[in-house]
Amino acid sequence: MKKIKMSKHLKDNLTTFSIVTVAFIIVEILKATGHISSLMKGLLVPVCIYIICAIALNLCVGILGELSLGHAGFMCIGAFSGAFFSKCTQDVITFAPLRFTLAIIIGALFAALFGFLIGIPVLRLKGDYLAIVTLAFGEIIKNVINVLYVGKDTDGFRLSLKDTVSLHLSGEGKIIINGAQGITGTPNDSSFEVGFVLILITLIIVLNLINSRDGRAIMSIRDNTIAAESIGINITGYKLMAFTISAGLAGIAGVLYAHNLNSLMAQPKNFGYNMSITILLFVVLGGIGNIRGSVIAAVVLTLLPELLRGLADYRMLIYAIVLIVLMIFNWSPKILELRKKYSIKGLIGAKKAGEVK
Amino acid sequence: MKKLLSAVLATALIVSMLSGCAGASADTAATQSNASDTSAVSSDSSDQASTGAATFKIGGIGPITGGAAVYGLAVMNAAQIAIDEINAAGGINGYQVEYNFQDDELDNEKSVNAYNTLKDWGMQILMGTVTSGCCVAVASETAKDNMFQITPSGSAVDCIANPNVFQVCFTDPNQGIAAADYIADNGVASKVAVIYDSSDVYSSGIYAKFAEEATAKGLEIVSAEAFTADNKTDFSVQLQKAQENGAELVFLPIYYTEASLILSQADKMGYATKFFGCDGLDGILGVENFDASLAEGVMLLTPFAADATDDATKAFVAEYNKRFGENPNQFAADAYDAVYTIKAILEAGNVDPSMSVSDICEKCKSGMTSVSIDGLTGLGMTWSADGAVNKAPKAMEIKGGEYKLIQ
Repeated sequence: MKKIKMSKHLKDNLTTFSIVTVAFIIVEILKATGHISSLMKGLLVPVCIYIICAIALNLCVGILGELSLGHAGFMCIGAFSGAFFSKCTQDVITFAPLRFTLAIIIGALFAALFGFLIGIPVLRLKGDYLAIVTLAFGEIIKNVINVLYVGKDTDGFRLSLKDTVSLHLSGEGKIIINGAQGITGTPNDSSFEVGFVLILITLIIVLNLINSRDGRAIMSIRDNTIAAESIGINITGYKLMAFTISAGLAGIAGVLYAHNLNSLMAQPKNFGYNMSITILLFVVLGGIGNIRGSVIAAVVLTLLPELLRGLADYRMLIYAIVLIVLMIFNWSPKILELRKKYSIKGLIGAKKAGEVK
Repeated sequence: MKKLLSAVLATALIVSMLSGCAGASADTAATQSNASDTSAVSSDSSDQASTGAATFKIGGIGPITGGAAVYGLAVMNAAQIAIDEINAAGGINGYQVEYNFQDDELDNEKSVNAYNTLKDWGMQILMGTVTSGCCVAVASETAKDNMFQITPSGSAVDCIANPNVFQVCFTDPNQGIAAADYIADNGVASKVAVIYDSSDVYSSGIYAKFAEEATAKGLEIVSAEAFTADNKTDFSVQLQKAQENGAELVFLPIYYTEASLILSQADKMGYATKFFGCDGLDGILGVENFDASLAEGVMLLTPFAADATDDATKAFVAEYNKRFGENPNQFAADAYDAVYTIKAILEAGNVDPSMSVSDICEKCKSGMTSVSIDGLTGLGMTWSADGAVNKAPKAMEIKGGEYKLIQ
């Protein structure tokens, strides 16, 4: 019995991996043969970024069962620490893949560190309160970065929270983080291939965690905290573990984001709560706790507004309607009933049953 | 009821087919890129077709939805007017001009997406983007493709870091320096307070240089208080600081929406002082529910005033009013000038649409440094190779509900 269950997990995971890999190969072939528009080419890296984010948040929302609205904040930390590193070492480490790998590791570690620190007080809360506090932390991160001025000259780094003038940089010093203007001139190291590898790494981390002893402990906290506590599971420890990993993975997405565009700024649009909610949208529409669903939802919902550009002024309206319809389709009890009744699997099953007869 | 159910079912079916597609074919990216792949091919062929039909394709990018939509719409509309005029007058070098404006929602990433969309459309010259942040992101993409880009209102220095990008508006540092120079040289005040938006590139960019130049010129900055985009409705703290420190003048390197709030709040506090702003303040008289008499005596450095009396401005303002029902702001004027600048350099370089994007860019780059434009935002505008514009800022004062030129 147990064996069958394990192999079901394995099969499920393999399906997810093969879906991602097949998609990657198809896109690569299209790219190689030049059958892909510039818009699509430009969207490949953002799609990877949002897939990673969605998987990261699903670990927190779906597996740990705690609603976090601060993941854009962790993305922001990852983005800025990664870009800061790349910008500082641009002249020292000229081998881009090595520099980018280090930037990703640094971004992930920083985001995880902040996830850990913020997690200690925040994870004492539950439900709505946790959501509100994480939302606040996400906003705090964005606003602090917006007043952060960091420069570098021969004496080392200088930091100010006021303006560039108070950095007192010497002649050849250069400003690295320029407050609201953020970091400009980050090397464009992100590529679809790197994004693909990072998605695979994220999937391996999250899927293996879910199917491990620790993962089952985390899910037991989600399902019944008191019961989990009664059998001696370290609630705080496991909660922190899941939250920290989730923050770290969001940090990876942030690094990828920072190295995709030339200018990195912490605006309400990209690292504000709107982004946190967009990521949550991927998770909710893809199915809470369903990793493969998050991947697919992230792809569809990232591409959709861009593919609707042809509709000009009606674009945002249609996008909203599509979201509502998708939400009803995925979650309305009546529709779920209907889906069960008329599902493809069910129809095939019925056909098979008929054949047996 | 049954009808409703069947309607819902039908929708559900359609959606399920779509999302089923996503699940079954394993990947929407693949299927959709398949779909777009055909569109890419068709756009390629239309590219070739366009060279046959021979039109110039000018693209524009800016926010036309969301909080900054005012600026994007102004640019979009004004450029449309300019292009319609050019087409009616026979086009550029005898070729008609096509124009396509894409929304970027004030998001760097969306801006690059918009740029890629325009590239698929066959854009040859980019007139954009409207905002600085997006402009920096897009400029690195145009540099890769070597596409000529002229931004009407992206004022950060980083916008023109690449040789293929030129600005119609002043750069932020130049505005800061010009403002400090004007205040110091004309003895407007010696104790200055600044209220700026630290989360905005434009505002903090002007402030940084203003502070530097002001200190050099012997002005005393008695208080410099910031606010952010998340917190821009109550300015009493900042105003109180300015009042307590005895500022003779409050410098507002911000946009007019916030400035109008500052003016009315200062009035409520009974704080009568001089206010001085940059081109972002242009448009303050048009703010709804704002008592324009409060703006009396406000000084601003701006290249454009909608009530200027020269013929070009009058004609433009009248046309804009007729088509869009409002007075154009300086973003609109910058965009109008940008389009005519493109026309001038294309004519000077004798460019025709069959040339490649990169060749057009080279022609335009060399044309840009030798051209001189008499536009709405300045007479005899010239450009240096670094992309910054050379034009004289005009100091205006609001008197009797109108912008009046000082000097």
